[in-house]
Amino acid sequence: MKWILVTVMVLATVLSDLLQSFEMKRAGEQSVGARGLMRLLGEIARRRFLILAIGCMAVSFFSFMALVQTEPLSFAVPASAASFVLETVLAKLVLRERISARRAAGALIVLCGVVLVGG
Amino acid sequence: MTASKTKPVTILRVWAIVFLFIALKAVGNLSLAWGMKHFPQVMSANPIPYIEAMFNPFVALGVLALILALLTRMALLSLADLSYVLPVTAIGYVIAAFMGKTFLSETVSGQRWLGTVLIFVGAALVGSTSHSTTSVQIE
Repeated sequence: MKWILVTVMVLATVLSDLLQSFEMKRAGEQSVGARGLMRLLGEIARRRFLILAIGCMAVSFFSFMALVQTEPLSFAVPASAASFVLETVLAKLVLRERISARRAAGALIVLCGVVLVGG
Repeated sequence: MTASKTKPVTILRVWAIVFLFIALKAVGNLSLAWGMKHFPQVMSANPIPYIEAMFNPFVALGVLALILALLTRMALLSLADLSYVLPVTAIGYVIAAFMGKTFLSETVSGQRWLGTVLIFVGAALVGSTSHSTTSVQIE
């Protein structure tokens, strides 16, 4: 059960990040002043993918809540770092980013860490 | 802008916000975990118990601290690059294991410590390269 929750948490986090990144780039540059925040709220209400991104964030958080209820905190928090691995893979496959050797090594080290933490 | 290129006052401010973020995240995770472990209902796909759990004082405090941590991180990102923020905040993984062991009496095996340290190192490496992926390599 713990790996199902970790999988849901990580997938929801990654999907939320991808949707936010995709939609916010389409929405253009945002400011953080009072008027800017109102405009940002307007963008969120108008853009389906941003609402979906917030939904994914909620799913991720609820999965984390369920995970810490039954599993140790010393497992739940480090396990959430698996999102680094998936994001690096998706950055290469979906966003066609050039992944440096250092970033690939970092993601691989995180993966080894998650396997050790879960073992 | 990186923290190393800014005035000393700004560097102090950045470090104060880094410290605040790490502290809020640690307290938030701990309070949330404590509240959830003492919540009588077991979580499932049904969303109602999650809402009910939010009214537990420890869960509520945890959620509040994590929201404040998110806002603090946004403020931090307005002062420093993500390539600076990700590596310095990656220590949070180690702190979470430490909090679990100290305050929740969790057994953290040598293997789990090693895994946590590897995650810290890996996350710091991934984060510290985020701005270099777009640079052009000269052959």
